[in-house]
Amino acid sequence: MQIARVVGDVVATRKDENLAGLKLLILQPLTPSGEAMGRTLIAVDSAGAGVGETVFFVRGKEASFPFYPVEAPVDAGIVGIIDHWDLG
Amino acid sequence: MLLAKIVGTVVATRKDPRLVSSKLLIARPMDPRGKPEGGYLVAVDTVDAGVGETVLIVSGSSARMASGLKDCPVDAAVVGIIDNVELSETS
Repeated sequence: MQIARVVGDVVATRKDENLAGLKLLILQPLTPSGEAMGRTLIAVDSAGAGVGETVFFVRGKEASFPFYPVEAPVDAGIVGIIDHWDLG
Repeated sequence: MLLAKIVGTVVATRKDPRLVSSKLLIARPMDPRGKPEGGYLVAVDTVDAGVGETVLIVSGSSARMASGLKDCPVDAAVVGIIDNVELSETS
C-alpha cells in the first residue's frame, strides 16, 4: 500500500455498471516526508475519504475487494484515512 | 485508474478469438490538468467512447472485470467517460 493525498475528484456519468455509486478521487502519492512523488492517479473510495485528506491506498485487483461480491473494474482503491504517521 | 484522452482507433482482423467484436482505442494518459504524460496504450472500449473524449482507464488484471471482458486477454479497458475533473487549489 502507499500513502497519498486526495487532491481532487472526477465525475463520470457514463461508466461501467459496476462502478455506479462509487466515488472516484484523484490521488497524489507522497513520500514519507509528505512531499508529492510520481504521477497522480484515480482511485475508488471505500473509506469515506475527501479532498485534502491523507490516505493509504491499495493497487491492483485487490482494490475491488471492498465491493465484493460486486466485481468493480478498479485497480486502485483507498482503504484507510491516515490520522498521523511517525518515522523512527 | 488513469485519466486518458482517446486519440485514435485500432483495427485488427487477425486476433485472439476472445477479442472478436471488441473495439480497440488508442489512448494517451494525461494528468488532471490535461497535460499528456507517458506513452500511448491500446485499451478495449466498454462504454462507447470516441476519439477526443476524456476517459477512465483501468489496467492490469482488473481490466478483465469490466463489462463483457471476463477471461479476455486484455490489460487495459475504458470503463468510464469523464464529464468533469475537479482539482483542489493547493495541489
